[in-house]
Amino acid sequence: MYRMREIKSPKTYRDKAKAASAKAAALGEDVDVSAYVSSAEEQPYQDDPSKLPTKTKEDMLKVGIILDDTNQRSGTYIQMDNSPVHSSSGQAGIEVMAISQALEKHDWLADYWWRAVAVDTDKYTANVELSQHSGYFIRALPGYKTIYPVQSCLYLMKARLAQNVHNIIIAEEDSELHIITGCAAASSKEAGLHLGVSEFYLKRGAKVTFTMIHSWNPEVAVRPRTGIIVEENAVFLSNYVIMKPVHSLQTNPVARCIGDNAVVRFNSILVAPPESNIDLGSRVFLNAKGAKTEIISRAITTGGNIIARGYIEGNAPNVKGHLECRGLILKEGGVIHAIPELKGNLAGVDLSHEAAVGKIAEEEIEYLMARGLTRTEATATIVRGFLRVDIEGLPPMLNTALQRAVEASEKDIM
Amino acid sequence: MDDILLSISQLSVAVEDKEILHGVDMVIRKGETHALFGPNGSGKSTLLMAIMGFPRYQVIKGNIAFKGKDITNLPLDERARLGIGMSFQRPPVVRGVKALDIVAACLKGQGNQESIDKLAEEANMADFLGREINYGFSGGEIKRSELMQLLAQKPELSLLDEPESGVDLINIALIGELINELLEKNHLIRDRKHAGLIITHTGHILDYVNARTGYVMIEGRIIGEGDPHEILATIKEKGYKKCIECAK
Repeated sequence: MYRMREIKSPKTYRDKAKAASAKAAALGEDVDVSAYVSSAEEQPYQDDPSKLPTKTKEDMLKVGIILDDTNQRSGTYIQMDNSPVHSSSGQAGIEVMAISQALEKHDWLADYWWRAVAVDTDKYTANVELSQHSGYFIRALPGYKTIYPVQSCLYLMKARLAQNVHNIIIAEEDSELHIITGCAAASSKEAGLHLGVSEFYLKRGAKVTFTMIHSWNPEVAVRPRTGIIVEENAVFLSNYVIMKPVHSLQTNPVARCIGDNAVVRFNSILVAPPESNIDLGSRVFLNAKGAKTEIISRAITTGGNIIARGYIEGNAPNVKGHLECRGLILKEGGVIHAIPELKGNLAGVDLSHEAAVGKIAEEEIEYLMARGLTRTEATATIVRGFLRVDIEGLPPMLNTALQRAVEASEKDIM
Repeated sequence: MDDILLSISQLSVAVEDKEILHGVDMVIRKGETHALFGPNGSGKSTLLMAIMGFPRYQVIKGNIAFKGKDITNLPLDERARLGIGMSFQRPPVVRGVKALDIVAACLKGQGNQESIDKLAEEANMADFLGREINYGFSGGEIKRSELMQLLAQKPELSLLDEPESGVDLINIALIGELINELLEKNHLIRDRKHAGLIITHTGHILDYVNARTGYVMIEGRIIGEGDPHEILATIKEKGYKKCIECAK
C-alpha cells in the first residue's frame, strides 16, 4: 500500500530547486531558460469562456477545447500565458480550479506537491518551482464519475514567454475522471517555452483517461514533466497527440503502479514535419503484483526527427507489460529512432516489445491499388490507419476529438 | 470479337530479370470461367499478377488486352478501375486499415453501412469488419475476406489465386457460393457478363464452381487446354508428368 511521504516545508522544495536550477536534463537539447521572459500581461478573467476572442477559441478548438457550448464538459480550465482566465466545474463531485486557488482551499494539497515528480529532476522542474505561473487542479471526489470530459487548456500568447505551470490531478477512490487537455501557441512563429509539471494520483479503484493534444509552432520548446502514481485496481490511460511543428519537445513521463492490479496504458501519436524535434518516451514501473501496462507509439516523420522511447520495469510477481513502437518515414531527411527497453527484476514477469521503423511497404500500397485506389489514395488510407487510435476505455466524445485532430493534420502529412 | 474480355498473346514475363512465363496465349470471353492447373512454381500466380499489372512482373514480350484495349503498360490501379479484380493467395496485413475501410473503398462511394453489412453477412465476415485487414486472419477468413472485397468491387474479370487453399470443407461450400455470385453463375449463361480465371491446386473448388476451360501450366508455358474436369482427373490419376508427355 502506498504511503504518502512526510510533508516537507515549501522552503525545502525551493532550496532543492535552487540547487537544481542549472541541472541539465538527462535527455533532449538543452534549452536556455534565461533566454525567455517570465512575466506577461495579466489576462482578464472570463466568467463565460465563450466570450473569448474568436481566433483564440478557434486555436483551442483545434486541440479539443470547446468553449461555445460547454454543456458537454464536466468542467473547464483555461490559462492564457500566466493568467488563469476561466475555471468552472459543471458537475457535483468534480473540482476544477487554478492550482493557487486549490492550495488555498485544501491545506492537505501540500501532501501531493512534488510527490510524483521530483522538484530537482532537472532545471525545468526547478524553474517551475522557482517561477511558477499557476496551472490547474482537477479532482474527482470518491465514487464520482465524470459524465462528460473535463477540459483544460494552456495557451501561450506572448513572444519569448516561459510558461511554467504545475498541475495536480487527483482521482479519489472508485472515481472516474476523463480529461482532455489542449496546449497551443497563439502565434505560428513566435518563440516560447512551455514547462509543464503534471502530477497524477489515482487512488484505489479509480480510473483516469487523459488525452492531451499539442499544437505549437516551429519556434516553441516544450519540456513537460509528468509523474503518475497508480494505486490498487486503478487504471490510467494516457493519449498524447502532436501533429503540428514544434522546435523541440522532450518528455518522458513516469508511471508507478504501486497497488496490486494497477493498469497503465500510454498511446502516443507523433508527427514530425521538417525541423521538428520530438523526443518522447513513457516509463512504467510495475511495482505491485498483477500490474499491467501497454505502451504504444506511432510516429510519422515528414522530415523531422523523432526519438520514441519506452521503458517498462517489472518489480513484482505476475506483472505484464508490452511495448510497441512503430514508425513511418514518409519523406527523406526524417529520422525515427525507436528505443524500447524492458527490465525484469524477478522471475514471473512477462514483458515484451515490438518495434518497426521504415517506409510504407510497397506490397501494402499495391494491395490497395488492386482494389482500384490510386497510389495517393492507398498511401493516405494506410497513413490514416496507422494513426488511427481506437482506444479501449476512451469515452466516444474524447475519441471523436482525437480523430478530429488526426484528420485535421492528414493533409499536411500527405 | 465483342464478347472477348481478356486476350493474352505470346506473353513472356520476367521477375527480377528472370523470365518466368514464356509465350502464354489465353482468351477469356464474357461469362466464362477458366481454371489454371500446374505444379508449384510453374508460373500460375505470375500470370495472374502480370494480368493484374503488379510492377514487379515485367512484360518482356507479347501483350495483354482487356475489353479490346491494350493494357500491357497500364498501371495496376487503372486496370482495377477498368474492371479487373484479384483474390490474393497470401495478402499482406495492413496495420490500422480495417476490412471495413477496404470494402468501403471497393464500393467506390456507392455503398452504405447497410450494403457493407449485407456483404459481410454473406461472406460470414460480419465480426471482421472492424478488424485490421488480414491481421490474425485464418486461411479461410483470408479467402472469405478477399471474396467479400471482390463482391464489393464487382470486377468484370476476377483472378482468383487458389481460393480454396487453407479452407476447411465446411467453408469451401461458402467460398464456392461467393465465387458463383461473383461470376454471376445464378444468371442465365447468355446474361453473364463477368468472367473468372481460377488457380486451383486441388481442384476442390471445381466441385462448387463450374469452369468451362482448363489449362495446364508447366515451367511457364501452357502445355494443354481442355475440359477442366478431364484435366483434373488426369492429374489426379497420373500426375503432371503425364500432362507433360501428352503435350510432347
